[in-house]
Amino acid sequence: MAKEHNKIILELKDAGVYRSNRWLVRNITLSVSKGEILTIIGPNGSGKSTTAKIALGILKPDAGSVILHTNKIAYVPQNLAIDWTLPLRVIDFMRLTNKTTFQEITEVLDMTGVASLINKNLRNLSGGEFQRVLLARAIATKPELLILDEPVQGVDFTGEIALYNLINQVSSELNCGTILISHDLHFVMSATDNVICLNGHICCSGTPKTIVQSKEFIDLFGASAAQTLSPYEHDHDHSH
Amino acid sequence: MILDDFFIRALIVGIGIAIIAGPFGCFVVWKRLSYFGETLSHSSLLGVALGYVFSINISITVFAVSSIVAILLFLLNERTELTSDSLLGLLSHSSLSIGLLVVGYLSYIRFDMMGLLFGDILAVTKLDILIVWVCGGLFIFILYIIWQSLLAGTVNRDIASSENMSPRRSELIYMILLSGIIAISIKIIGILLITGLLIIPAAMARNISNSPIQMILISIIVGVTSVVSGLFASLTFNTASGPSILVIALILFIISLTPLKRLISGANN
Repeated sequence: MAKEHNKIILELKDAGVYRSNRWLVRNITLSVSKGEILTIIGPNGSGKSTTAKIALGILKPDAGSVILHTNKIAYVPQNLAIDWTLPLRVIDFMRLTNKTTFQEITEVLDMTGVASLINKNLRNLSGGEFQRVLLARAIATKPELLILDEPVQGVDFTGEIALYNLINQVSSELNCGTILISHDLHFVMSATDNVICLNGHICCSGTPKTIVQSKEFIDLFGASAAQTLSPYEHDHDHSH
Repeated sequence: MILDDFFIRALIVGIGIAIIAGPFGCFVVWKRLSYFGETLSHSSLLGVALGYVFSINISITVFAVSSIVAILLFLLNERTELTSDSLLGLLSHSSLSIGLLVVGYLSYIRFDMMGLLFGDILAVTKLDILIVWVCGGLFIFILYIIWQSLLAGTVNRDIASSENMSPRRSELIYMILLSGIIAISIKIIGILLITGLLIIPAAMARNISNSPIQMILISIIVGVTSVVSGLFASLTFNTASGPSILVIALILFIISLTPLKRLISGANN
């Protein structure tokens, strides 16, 4: 991984969002450098997506600050409900925010394994296929900061591993900073540089190896999770 | 058959409005703003009344009032948890009430309600033609400029705003342009016809199209066809021109729901 490029691309300092008389998240301090994958884990309602939206500038923080050192951001949202009154093919969607060439589009769709769907209407895709298109679109914009909110939900098991590998590959090839929100602790432990454990605030953070030993992690996910995860090393030497 | 001059003028103006209505109508359908036309029609009563009060061209006052309503809708959308349809209902009925109050105060003026609703396309002047084509061309040009961010924001606002598309700004511009369309066409084809021409061709086009551009082109074709055949029908059968145009559009919509659809759209999907 391209760790020598330590240029920080995004910083959150004590950021918090206050809505409907409560703090959705509070005191979030984090930074992402080029080529780094930062994973955010945490239970439902712990503010993972909110944190992502603060980083993206969709939500303005009510406390703290956000410093972005790039404007080339790509986003894969957790829920994308497209209004079907709008007919949209995969190829139209791929060009949503960028004027990507046809060749680039076919290349990234090929990377996520959905090149054959290029002229299909988005409406006719399955959940997993749609997720692959979403990821492909984000990659095609060649971002410097990639924010992925549960990017492999609904993808089949083998596809999941392949997509996680792809995210890893893209992060080092584009040398972009990546924030990944994931439930897949296995991937988190094997392939990310840093982990943040969120529960309304940052419970613990650090490298995967240190975090599985921390008391807060064990409290949040249980001792068995920590035990099964610590020895796990993912095999990156093959493709699917 | 020799066409009278007024009929040609009506054709030229009608075709112009149908072409403008195509792309803007598609966004009305995509953004679920169908009720926006209704809201603007209610608020246009206030616009017309203010035009009489200050003795200025009603297109200008209608545009001013409609734009204010559009901006209010935009701001309320940002500041409240209410959805567009409730907000439109709120704006629609309150602006109608204010309009009625102003009209009641101006008891010395007789309002031509039918004119406001249906306009009079057979009475268009050369100036009307000029206004429709020049303003229409300008509106379509602006829409072309904001196209990508408006479309991206329609698909997903979060993606659009995080990827530097400023979707909110283009949405506001779009709504003000829509007010402009209502304002230039209110005197000519009336409020009912313009809202109908925005929605029906786009709805028909949705049934047989596969991409945003295709839907816009089809809705322009449908709109122009409805205007031309509606005007000829009104000449032949001596029917009211405005409603004839909308009935033709409706017939085209119904045809698009039938198996004929497969012939037109070919092997799409």
